[in-house]
Amino acid sequence: MLHISDLSFRYAQKPVLSDVSFSVEPGQLCGLFGPNGCGKTTLFKCCLRFLPIEQGNIRMNSTDVSHRSVEELAKTVAYVPQEHKPPFPYLSREVVLMGRTPHIKGFFGIKRQDKEIARDAMDQLGILDIADEPYNQLSGGQRQMVLMARAIAQDTPLLFLDEPTSALDFQNQMKIWGLMEDIVAEGKTILACSHDPNHVAWFCDKVIVLSNNGILAQGEPDSVISENTLDLIYQNTCSVCSAGGVPMVMPRTVAARMVA
Amino acid sequence: MISEKHINRIITRLGYEAHDDFSERRKIFIIFLLLGLVILAGVISLVLGAYNISVELVYKTLFLHLTMGDVSTISKLHNTIIWDIRFPRLLLAVSVGGALAIAGAVFQSVFRNPLVEPYILGVSSGAAFGAALGILFHTIFFSIQIFAFIFASLAVVFAYFLARVRGQTPIVTLILAGVIVGSIFSALVSFLKYIANDSALREIVFWLMGGFYYASWNDVRMLTPMVIIGFIILWSLAWKLNILSMGDEEARTLGVNPEKNKAIVIAIATGITAFAVSLVGIVAWVGLMMPHASRMLLGPDNRFVIPACFLMGAFYLLICDTLARTLTSTEIPIGIITSLLGAPYLCYLLRNKGKSILG
Repeated sequence: MLHISDLSFRYAQKPVLSDVSFSVEPGQLCGLFGPNGCGKTTLFKCCLRFLPIEQGNIRMNSTDVSHRSVEELAKTVAYVPQEHKPPFPYLSREVVLMGRTPHIKGFFGIKRQDKEIARDAMDQLGILDIADEPYNQLSGGQRQMVLMARAIAQDTPLLFLDEPTSALDFQNQMKIWGLMEDIVAEGKTILACSHDPNHVAWFCDKVIVLSNNGILAQGEPDSVISENTLDLIYQNTCSVCSAGGVPMVMPRTVAARMVA
Repeated sequence: MISEKHINRIITRLGYEAHDDFSERRKIFIIFLLLGLVILAGVISLVLGAYNISVELVYKTLFLHLTMGDVSTISKLHNTIIWDIRFPRLLLAVSVGGALAIAGAVFQSVFRNPLVEPYILGVSSGAAFGAALGILFHTIFFSIQIFAFIFASLAVVFAYFLARVRGQTPIVTLILAGVIVGSIFSALVSFLKYIANDSALREIVFWLMGGFYYASWNDVRMLTPMVIIGFIILWSLAWKLNILSMGDEEARTLGVNPEKNKAIVIAIATGITAFAVSLVGIVAWVGLMMPHASRMLLGPDNRFVIPACFLMGAFYLLICDTLARTLTSTEIPIGIITSLLGAPYLCYLLRNKGKSILG
C-alpha cells in the first residue's frame, strides 16, 4: 500500500530524514515511533507532498505520489494533523463534512448521502453531542476526535494519523485504538505515530522506530519494542516487563519497585 | 403554482438541504428575507430625492420602461430623473455594495483572518493613484475610471508577484506585500495632490471619499454584468472557500489545491473590487463589515455567507447612498457615511461578540 525508498529531506541546512525506507502492506496498522524531533511529522508531510523531498520516492497503491494531483491524492490518503485550529467558528459537523470534499462534484455537490456519512462517522466516535458546537471552541481532545471523524468520513484506503491520541483521556485513547483496529480489519491501511511504547506494542501490526539518524528498527512490535531499542532512543530510562504474557513498558524507576 | 415540493427540489439541486434532519431552510429563509429587504430599500430609495416626484409617477415611469411601454406620456424631466439618474444610481449602489461585500468575504476566508478587507492587496491605493493621474492629466483615450482600473490591477499584480517565493504565496508575505504596495501608491497620491492645482486637488479629494454622483447607465452596463458573473463563480466555489479557510495543508489533505484555487478566487475578488472602486471611488467599511454581519446571522459556511454578503452589502450601500443624497441639500460623499455608520458597528461587534467572532 505504502512503499517508501531512500527518502531524504532537509529543512534548509538541517537534515531531518536520511535514507528512510519501509513499506506498509494493505490491512496493516503500522506504528511510527521515535523521540521528539526525529521527523515523524516531517515524514507524513513528505508523503502528502506538503514538503518537497530531496531524494527517494514514495509510492502509494503502486503509483509514485509525485505524479498525482492534489485531488487524486486526497482520495487515496486522509491525514489527521496533530493540532489545528481554524479562525472561523465552523460547526463540528461541518468540519467532518469537509472530509467528503474529495468525493463531491458539481455546483456545491454536497449530497444528503455525504451528510449521512459524516454523521455516521461522528456517531462511530461517540461525538454526536458536539456536532452543533463550533469546532474552534472545543477542547484539544474534542478537536482531535472531530478530525478523526473527518478522516473516517473521507473514506480513503490509507490513513495517516499524527499522534491521534495525544490530547485524549484514557477512555478515548482506547476508543481510538480500537477504532483503528476496526478500520484495518476492513482492509484499510493506517500509519500512525505515537509516543506511548505500550500503545504501539499492544495495538500495532508493525512498528517503525525512527531516530535522528534514520530508521533504527522495524518489524513486529514484540521484537522491535525491546529494551535494546528503547535504551537507544530514550537513554536507558525504560524497562520492558511482561504482565502475564503482555509486554509492558515502564520507567526503570517504577520497575525497580516491582516485587520479584 | 409552485408547490412546496418544487421548492424543496430546487433547494436540494443546489446542494442545500430541505429535509428534516439536516434542514437548512432557516438559513435559506433568512437569505430570501434579505433579498426582500434589498427590494424594499430600493423601492423606498427611488421615491426619495432632492426633486419631489409622487410615488405613483415614479412607479408608472419604471413600469413603463420595464415593460417596454410608451414613455412619451411622461414629462421629459421626470423621465430623466427617474430612469436616467435615480434608477441607474440605485443599480450601481447595489452592484458596488454586493461586489465589495463578497470580495471581503473571499479575502477573509482565503487569508484566514476576519480582519482583512478587499483593499488589503493595495487595490484602493492603486485605484486612487490612477484616478489622481487621470484627474491631473486629462487625455482623450483614457477616462479617470480606466486609469483607476489599470492602476488598481497593477497594484495587486505587483503585490502578488512580490509575495511569490519559490512557487508559493504565503499569506503573511502577501499581506506585507499588499501593505508595501499600498504605501508606495499612497505616497505617490500624496505627491500628485501636492503638485495639483486647487480645483484638481478638490476633485481628487472627493474621488477618494467615493460617491455615486455621476452614476449613469454606462457604468451600470459595465459593472453589473461583471459583478453578477463574479458572484456566481464565487458562490459556486463557496465550499472550496470553506476548505481554503482551514489552511493550506488542510486544503491539500482534503483535495483542494490551495495555490490554484487561491489564485482563482483572489483574481475574481480583486477584479470586481477594482472595477467597483474605479467607477465610484473608495467606499470604506462595506468589505470588512458585511462578511462579519453575515457570519453572525448564518455561521461561517460560505455557501450561505456569499449570497447573504452580497445582499447585505447591496442593502447597506443603498441605504448609505440614499442618506448621502437626501440628508442635506448638497451631497455628502458616501465614504463618510459608510465609515460613520460602520465604525460603531464594529465597535459593537468587538465588545459584545469579540470572542466568538474573532476567535
